[in-house]
Amino acid sequence: MPLLDDDARSLPRVILSTRRMSENKTGNWRTMRPVIDRHICTGCQICWKYCPEACVKLTDKVPAIDMDFCKGCGICVEECPKRCVSFVPEASV
Amino acid sequence: MKTSIPVEERMSAGHLACQGCGATMSMRYALKGLGEKTVFVIPACCWTVLAGPAPKSALDLPVLHSPFASAAATATGVKAGLTARGDRETTVVAWAGDGGTFDIGLQALSGAADRNEDIIYVCYDNEAYMNTGVQRSGGTPEGAWTMSTPGKAGSARPKKDLDAIVLAHHPAYFATATPAYAEDMTRKFAKARTIKGFRFLRILSPCPPGWKTDPKDSAKVSRLAVQTGLFRLYEVENGRMRLNMPVANRKPVGEYLRLQGRFKGLSAEAEAAIQASVDKIWNEGKS
Ligand code: SF4
Ligand code: SF4
Repeated sequence: MPLLDDDARSLPRVILSTRRMSENKTGNWRTMRPVIDRHICTGCQICWKYCPEACVKLTDKVPAIDMDFCKGCGICVEECPKRCVSFVPEASV
Repeated sequence: MKTSIPVEERMSAGHLACQGCGATMSMRYALKGLGEKTVFVIPACCWTVLAGPAPKSALDLPVLHSPFASAAATATGVKAGLTARGDRETTVVAWAGDGGTFDIGLQALSGAADRNEDIIYVCYDNEAYMNTGVQRSGGTPEGAWTMSTPGKAGSARPKKDLDAIVLAHHPAYFATATPAYAEDMTRKFAKARTIKGFRFLRILSPCPPGWKTDPKDSAKVSRLAVQTGLFRLYEVENGRMRLNMPVANRKPVGEYLRLQGRFKGLSAEAEAAIQASVDKIWNEGKS
């Protein structure tokens, strides 16, 4: 593990985190998958705003959900004002 | 593209939070408001785990993990260290749960607040020791089930009035927030960053496993806490209190309580008592 000591010898040795948790693909936690109906979606960004995984990506209009990380919590399904995000069992996808 | 909160993400996906975690939503909004020149001190709490095991981190800024009782003292030291090295710009944030704030870290918090340390202390209050399996804390509301308050009646004691305790220290800035109101929370962090001295934010943070709610309801339950008047969104600056979200037609507290399995054992009388206490607080505010 990298340590903070070379650059600053007067400081105590501490373990440095140099890698990101984004290596940890949490998509396999999901049992239900959110699917946006792109014909109804108005691009209001509310699903992006509330996603606890920060895995809804903004685009010009219909947001793109990164299924590598989506845990399937359903907040986007519940909060979408157009009710255009359906929740489908992962097994059926 | 215009967005209601800043676009930059400083919390990455891949973190270890449960589905629908309110503490994660809150961290995301906090970082959007605070910006990149920020250091975090995190005592034992859910976020100790959520950030990920070294050498990996879900947060794009330095984090120092501290013992349970000493978040405020550690943050004080980090700030002093930065100042000694000539860095007056970086914001130091202590980010603790209710266990580390209401109970175990209260002394260090009081000391730092009393000395008016130039730090931001954040308590994300999910109303029990969730990380260790839902034990009662001083932040647990009366009537709520926890692992250490079994039986139908739930916790026998009322929630400790932490806001009053902190406000008794005359902090430079005080605010409450909850993730349903993301713009409000982001704004409060952005504002807190510009103020000098001891700043405190308490976030009501939904916890699906601990509150026994459906993960999809985390924003909804957070919103209902405000709409029922149970949780007030307010700020205190220079001793002046400002209500951010005056609720004209409050919803019955039952709408908030019934969404949560932890209140399943609540009797009709207990619910009426909660409603009465909420009504009393709001009616006092009017006069
Ligand atoms: S909340 Fe619904 S309407 Fe708004 S951008 Fe997301 S999917 Fe589209
Ligand atoms: S289901 Fe939850 S994790 Fe997945 S995109 Fe929607 S809000 Fe994000």
